[in-house]
Amino acid sequence: MRYYSVFIVLFFLIGCSSSLSPVDDGLEKQIFHFGNGSEPQGIDPHIVTGVPEHHILISLCEGLTIPNPFDDENLPGAAESWTVSDDGKIYIFKLRKNGRWSNGDPVTADDFVWSWQRILTASLGSQYPDMLYYLEGAQEYHTGETNDFSTVGVKAIDSHTLEVKLKAPTPFFTGLLSHYSTWPVHKETVLKHGSIDDRNGEWTRPGNFVCNGAFSLKSWELNNKIVVEKNPMYWDASTVQLNEIHYYPVSNVMTEDRMFRAGQLHVTSTLPSQKCPVYIEEGNPDLRIDPYMGTYFYRLNTTNPNLNDIRVRKALAYSIDRKLLVEKVTKCGQIPAYSFTPPGSNGYEPTTSIPFDPALARELLAEAGYDSENLFPKLEILFNTNEDHRKVALAVQQMWQQNLGIEVELVNQDWKVYLSREMVGDFQVSRAGWIGDYEDPNTFLDLMRPNRGNNKTGWENYEYDSLVAKANSTNDQALRYQLLDEAEKILIENMPIIPLYTYVRSYQLSPDVKGYNPHILDHHHPKFIYLERD
Amino acid sequence: MLNILIRRLLLAIPVLLAVASLTFFLIKLAPGGPFDADKAVSPQVLKNLNEAYNLDASEWEQYIDYMTGILKGDFGPSFRFPGRSVSEMIATGLPVTFELAFYAIVIALLIGVFSGVLAALKRNTYLDFIPMAIAMIGICVPTFLMGPLLVLIFGINLEILPVSGWGQLPGDKILPSITLGFAYAAYIARLSRGGMLEVLNQDFIRTARAKGLTERNVVIKHAMQGGLIPVVSFLGPAIAGLLAGSFVVETIFQIPGLGRFYVEAAFNRDYTMILGTTIFFSAMIVLFNLLSDLAAMWLNPRSRDVL
Repeated sequence: MRYYSVFIVLFFLIGCSSSLSPVDDGLEKQIFHFGNGSEPQGIDPHIVTGVPEHHILISLCEGLTIPNPFDDENLPGAAESWTVSDDGKIYIFKLRKNGRWSNGDPVTADDFVWSWQRILTASLGSQYPDMLYYLEGAQEYHTGETNDFSTVGVKAIDSHTLEVKLKAPTPFFTGLLSHYSTWPVHKETVLKHGSIDDRNGEWTRPGNFVCNGAFSLKSWELNNKIVVEKNPMYWDASTVQLNEIHYYPVSNVMTEDRMFRAGQLHVTSTLPSQKCPVYIEEGNPDLRIDPYMGTYFYRLNTTNPNLNDIRVRKALAYSIDRKLLVEKVTKCGQIPAYSFTPPGSNGYEPTTSIPFDPALARELLAEAGYDSENLFPKLEILFNTNEDHRKVALAVQQMWQQNLGIEVELVNQDWKVYLSREMVGDFQVSRAGWIGDYEDPNTFLDLMRPNRGNNKTGWENYEYDSLVAKANSTNDQALRYQLLDEAEKILIENMPIIPLYTYVRSYQLSPDVKGYNPHILDHHHPKFIYLERD
Repeated sequence: MLNILIRRLLLAIPVLLAVASLTFFLIKLAPGGPFDADKAVSPQVLKNLNEAYNLDASEWEQYIDYMTGILKGDFGPSFRFPGRSVSEMIATGLPVTFELAFYAIVIALLIGVFSGVLAALKRNTYLDFIPMAIAMIGICVPTFLMGPLLVLIFGINLEILPVSGWGQLPGDKILPSITLGFAYAAYIARLSRGGMLEVLNQDFIRTARAKGLTERNVVIKHAMQGGLIPVVSFLGPAIAGLLAGSFVVETIFQIPGLGRFYVEAAFNRDYTMILGTTIFFSAMIVLFNLLSDLAAMWLNPRSRDVL
């Protein structure tokens, strides 16, 4: 009898489940079901780092500018307009008079000043204070050279006018303002639950959380779901069409794929890489491959005696067939990379090239003193454990072996071990990827300047450094791009890194979702998104 | 029995302290730290972070601080999730993991004991071979294959069950419970078959039959009590294993349980979270082993001397 009752219960439950799928239900109620990769660290814009956090924060809080779904230039956000001085160093932002926090308080210039003071407070331990280092005195305040925040170039002229003084003209400054580290937090709420430098304050919990975005936080079930609902206090609430967004932290890409196929998600965070070529071949209408501002590359440790020689580094780079790599290995619309900065970043087109020329590569290697008698010592490619990285490394291993006769060993390590080995320079060749933080070549080229923590190759070139510095001190965009291109040429000529391909954003999107336009940084402001079935 | 209970509980204290201490120093030996990221932070920021979490103190100071904390029941803040304490995260994930483990063990017992006993009674017939062959498959097929297979059939092709979630959509608890339960059902089936076969050949069963008891009474009242002792001994470690090992099923089915926190904490070098979950799971293993020993003792008085 016991057994029968169990089966009856099972069938009853099965019977119940033939209700509307979340995607169909979402269409009726304007609820957007969003595959969000992993559980966000939190939703304090000054503490968190990472893409899933960004997806949630962009609906909860709003910076001075917001990403533009139709064009490169950012749109006004919390600021309705701004003016820039002739020398490009002083920005005056006019905040919206109807800007409100989700609790109804007005959004004022003081809120921005206090928020920026918070992220620059060293004891908060924010990981992105350098986003504001472009401000006069910001770095000095953060590193403790001064305790006087009035020396930092941000000031409230009146309740709705914010003045920002920069160290140098920074043409990408308004683009930077759509990064969450520059977004405001509600002072009273933060202070109610802790001090200015409290990382663990509970102000980000549902019920406590106050911010100025198009949506407000409704519920947060750890590792399960975060729900945000339309914020009636938002200045542009009439444009917002979605009623709710449900964010699911699905870390397993196969699970996410199945959820999408079963109608539980409108959009996925990514795609299982082995499925991408299959979906392309099948002509899957839900597959989206959008341009993305990111480069997949190999770091070469220039302090290693074997890789110290530019000719060796060039030989390695010239013996890789990038076209073959993207067509036969990655197979998901990636673009072969011949520069570090992805081409077309805000109108910047690098003029560098990296030939695929095995004969020239062998010649260079011979010039460096390695031939059939004096073999090049065994090389190691370090990468973090991941099937996709292994495939690329296997292809590169094959190409170096075939074209240069170099024996290559593949070493995969757990993510944190890989990071710490890269950090201390315990590698020869190491896999790397870089995604732009803002839409400007500087987000890439700045990386390879000497003394930058993310350079990690030991390569120090002061001509390169001064070109990038010079580019960032001019207000003339054409001249700036020209200088950056010259710097990029030096980088490719010296080859401390070998660019392999430019990333793409591949994911699945339900045809019901409208207004989810491709964006090079993958920023999608939810006020432009709505659900409609054709 | 009470003496044994008290003795075993007292013994658990040094065991757990040893686990905590070993884990504390072992995780510090693993390369990489909680704040290493793809976009490396500046030394200044790293210093601030280390100060914020007391990681700049000496290992011994940190150790003493931590141990004093856990004696007071404070497992510290999570490094990965600012604003969350480890105790809070365990408390969030635990009910889900417990619920999943409960359904799984119920399914495992129902299927396992039924088919195991049946196989023993109908030895060398198709009622023995078929369930035992399925049990062998259950032992061999890992959950990471079984889960997606069930999802493909019931979730995507037949569209009768949700493919993921826990308590979000009707029926979403069925597939994960079956996936997790099936592997254990297979073990239980084989154990109960073995145990029953051994008991069924013994004299007291012959006596019971000779007295004229019905076969049903012989099996349920006499044979099963002894025949299922191996299953009971297996249940303790099995439940502990279910709790700690539900990670795969939790990941496949997107279930917000403790197993996912545990494994992800190790990848993220979330020191306090690794320690908290390790100590917690160790306590569970000790507890369930004790419970299963007590149950076995109750079923089999002879084992009292050994324990």
